Amino acid sequence: MSRVLVPCHVKSTVALQVGDMRTSQGRPGVLVVDVTFPNVAPFEEITFKNYYTAFLSIRVRHHTPLHTPSKWVTCLRDHCLMPDPHSEEGAQEYVSLFKHQMLCDMSRVLELRLILRQPSPLWLSFTVEELQIYQQGPKSPSLTFPKWLSHPVSNEQPAPRLEGLPDPSRVSSEVQQMWALTEMIRASHTSTRIGRFDVDGCYDLNLLSYT
Amino acid sequence: MLQEESDLSLIIAQIVQKLKGSNLYAQLERQAWACLQRPEIRLESLKEDIKEFFKASGWEKKLQNAVYSELNVYPLPSHPSAPPEHLKEPLVYMRKAQGSWEKRILKSLNSMCTELSIPLARKRPVGEQKELLNKWNEMGTDEPDLSLFRPVYAPKDFLEVLINLRNPNYENGDSLSFRTHLGLIQVPLKVKDIPELKECFVELGLNTGQLGIDDSTQVPPELFENEHVRIGQKVLVQQDSAAAQQYIRQGSPTALRAELWALILNISSQPEDILYYEQLKTNVIQHDLLVDSLIYKDVKLTASNDDYYFVFEDYLYQVLLCFSRDTSVLSHFAYNSASPPKSYIRGKLGLEEYAVFYPPNGVIPFHGFSMYVAPLCFLYHEPYKLYQIFREMYVRFFFRLHSISSHPSGIVSLCLLFETLLQTYLPQLFYHLREIGAQPLRISFKWMVRAFSGYLATDQLLLLWDRILGYNSLEILAVLAAAVFAFRAVNLMEVTSLAAAEAVLADLSTLKVMPLLQIFLFATVT
Repeated sequence: MSRVLVPCHVKSTVALQVGDMRTSQGRPGVLVVDVTFPNVAPFEEITFKNYYTAFLSIRVRHHTPLHTPSKWVTCLRDHCLMPDPHSEEGAQEYVSLFKHQMLCDMSRVLELRLILRQPSPLWLSFTVEELQIYQQGPKSPSLTFPKWLSHPVSNEQPAPRLEGLPDPSRVSSEVQQMWALTEMIRASHTSTRIGRFDVDGCYDLNLLSYT
Repeated sequence: MLQEESDLSLIIAQIVQKLKGSNLYAQLERQAWACLQRPEIRLESLKEDIKEFFKASGWEKKLQNAVYSELNVYPLPSHPSAPPEHLKEPLVYMRKAQGSWEKRILKSLNSMCTELSIPLARKRPVGEQKELLNKWNEMGTDEPDLSLFRPVYAPKDFLEVLINLRNPNYENGDSLSFRTHLGLIQVPLKVKDIPELKECFVELGLNTGQLGIDDSTQVPPELFENEHVRIGQKVLVQQDSAAAQQYIRQGSPTALRAELWALILNISSQPEDILYYEQLKTNVIQHDLLVDSLIYKDVKLTASNDDYYFVFEDYLYQVLLCFSRDTSVLSHFAYNSASPPKSYIRGKLGLEEYAVFYPPNGVIPFHGFSMYVAPLCFLYHEPYKLYQIFREMYVRFFFRLHSISSHPSGIVSLCLLFETLLQTYLPQLFYHLREIGAQPLRISFKWMVRAFSGYLATDQLLLLWDRILGYNSLEILAVLAAAVFAFRAVNLMEVTSLAAAEAVLADLSTLKVMPLLQIFLFATVT
């Protein structure tokens, strides 16, 4: 199934904090990222690189018919990205979330809101990076077979079966299988190990390079 | 679930791709063609009949072992957006630290090269080649002048790098708070605690028989040992890697160990493998590398001085010199956070067609490297078999002990596991040692980096390495290190300096590994 990148605008993160931001000592534990779409898009997949976010919730605002105000609906609740918020496990992983993991229908999405939570005070900052939204791409064009191959004419009289010979339809299906096997073998190529470390017999080196 | 199915098909595709380039694939193809002559193979059910034949003749088992081996060694395919560096090491700051460490090593090697005016690689003249070929089985008698060479680095230099490892996103305050680690390692990796270790190493429990405990002279062999040997022989007849790996968690009988390890590592010595080793030998004879002198020096300094291993000196040269020329080792850098050093043919600096790796296998040996090979000499006597086993052990386990990574079996995690275990379960001892300036990791680091080779008696070391293979993890090294400290805790509480603490823990050769592990994990009151 192919997927197509959906153009979207990712706003900068907003921290949610109780009390006065300037005087408070602690760091925010909740961040919000808004994603808006220029066109209403059917959502298929969201991909991002985690950076020390422990839990992710996603809320979505659907496109509704005119004159009805659209509401925010939670489609992913507290998805765990780091099993232990105090340690590095899962902290910098690449993550994909799919349509079937969402709690609501994602076919007409107007706006997405990602709510990032990191309850541990050990980390200086947290966010998600390289955010990308995908929608389902066009289905791959089906191969068209000539009609006589896929739908054999059924009103032909089968030839009288001679004694002792195998059933012709069974033989033909096995021949098809064998043909498929030989095609597969021909198509595959072995990756041979080359094992030579020199260049044309010469291994006279400069110093080691630092790049 | 859709996601799991697509993950599974991705893993299958990856394994199939890997196996297609292997000897086994060619052999299976040949067998399939050959078996078409057999009467039981019919055209109508060709696929099923060939499958049946493979099952009956044991080839399916070989394929199963190869797949199991791939699953054990290679990490699962990562996210499609993840770049290859992410598979080597997911945390960016660790990748950077490994990069800087490698740069230091390269600088050190380059300066040795220029100071001594010795080329990195040199083609041997024909006379010298003939001489080396004659002397191949007794290279230990050679006494080249190695006084000017020094090892590129020693474990204690590497420890300093690990101590200074910092996560830039972590709160590393100057003042002590709940955030600072009391040990030397300051990165917050996830390590197991004793309840999790008990679950992981359940076969080491008090109710399960162990070789190393239940085969001692006081215990009648009918209780455990005889039955265990019988099962081991059965496992070898079945030739099943997964069963062997499960079996060896309780230890391997000495007579069966060589075959069991070969089965678990999926090593069968085919004629192609012997030819490959001979090819490597030819490469050694044709080219002389600077790294060879480092290997000579290391063997002379470590293995030759060891009471148990000095007899194997010649074997060590034969294995390690060939290891340096083996380009198939380069493939393990896909999942190793380290990268092989690069160089260019003289006069072609910067031209990619003339870029080569140095040494050809990409691994620069450090002080003590030869100790990874030495214990294997007790098990394998043909050089090519010894070589294959060592190479597989290196690309599965030993590389993790000298590269910076966040993997649970990586040396950083092992150090943190050791310190956390000691701090949690022996807090008084930990506090006392810290107060006298004897951080426990400074003493145990060298044990873990060498996987205890050269510190334990050989039979005990082999029992320990049985469990490394059985659990496919190096965490047991950290647990053993903590168990050793727990065992000598009473003496350690009385010392007043780092040197005295080192003296208490200088000689581990009388220790019995399995009782220590069992007591520490399952019999200590917490």
